[in-house]
Amino acid sequence: MAHVVPANQKWWAGGRSPFNVEYGKLMMWYFLMSDAFTFGAFLISYGTIRFSSNAWPNPNHVFSSFPFLGHANLPLVFVSLMTFILIMSSVTMVLAVASGHNNNRMGVVKWMAWTILGGIAFLSCQAWEWTHLYHQGAWWGSNPFTNYDGTMASTNFTNFFFTITGFHGFHVFSGVIINIIMLIMAWNGTFDRKGHYLMIEKAGLYWHFVDLVWVFVFTCFYLF
Amino acid sequence: MDNVEVTHQEHHAAEKGSFDTRAIWRTFWILLVITCIELIIGMFIAPNFSHEKKIWFNILYIIFTGAKAFYIIAEFMHLRHEIKNMIMTIAVPAMLFLWFIGAFLWDGHSFRELRNSMAPHDSKRVEEKATHPPQGPHKVDPKKVN
Repeated sequence: MAHVVPANQKWWAGGRSPFNVEYGKLMMWYFLMSDAFTFGAFLISYGTIRFSSNAWPNPNHVFSSFPFLGHANLPLVFVSLMTFILIMSSVTMVLAVASGHNNNRMGVVKWMAWTILGGIAFLSCQAWEWTHLYHQGAWWGSNPFTNYDGTMASTNFTNFFFTITGFHGFHVFSGVIINIIMLIMAWNGTFDRKGHYLMIEKAGLYWHFVDLVWVFVFTCFYLF
Repeated sequence: MDNVEVTHQEHHAAEKGSFDTRAIWRTFWILLVITCIELIIGMFIAPNFSHEKKIWFNILYIIFTGAKAFYIIAEFMHLRHEIKNMIMTIAVPAMLFLWFIGAFLWDGHSFRELRNSMAPHDSKRVEEKATHPPQGPHKVDPKKVN
């Protein structure tokens, strides 16, 4: 990676990565591109259906509960907590990558552990939110909420909500699994023997992507 | 062209030695502040306006979301510090989203207009079926709710 490049270096003459990136990391980028188009297709079909509907449920009304506070009316407070948890775990992930750059094994272990904790916290929040909505009568094919103007809402709202947040939650779940594997490998000194922590960087790219998708899910479902 | 890339490369290599944790925290604060502004608008400001004005808030949210996406990709995913050709292989295909969003939302809107003009249906107000359990969710039997 960190070669010193002579001024007349031919980038495409072979013998080195013309993008100055390790192969696996480049492929992770292209995988994330394809994943972005999958999420994009989901979110845009949601947008298309929403644009074709005369009215839609009001997110301030639907997402207004908080754990252990009964029916306190706190619109968007819980989801902002979830957003904060995910942004925070993204920060600890970059700090893990930064420690990896300095070949600081204990730093990587520490920050990966925090990242995993953040991921699990996010998944727990989502599990609570889904359970709560389920008990309110919302599920695939069942929408108990009315539109903002009091008219009858179709099940499109719940179908898209559970499908897209579920798909995202599954990404978070697999990200947590990947991060746990990375933590174990770092703990065992696998990366020290390899001489670099590029695997942490690849896991990091995936984890930031999950955070990135949440930014869009958050806007599309909770703010619009 | 080569010289440009090489300067970038050397800059990159120099940076690798000391990964800048200050930049990480700066990005974190930017993301946090944008999210807080979005929430304040969503919770306290937007509900005071009529539903017809919602489109302007949505445009605002799109701008904020775009800014957050930029900071996550550029700083957290470190793409801003890669070489230009590599950035372009990510950024150029991502431009497809502009067409994708524009075309499909337009399509949805057109479908709505067609349906309203050709098969108008009477939309009457209904009672909401959602239950709001007083004791928290876990004490309610889901069978009764449905």
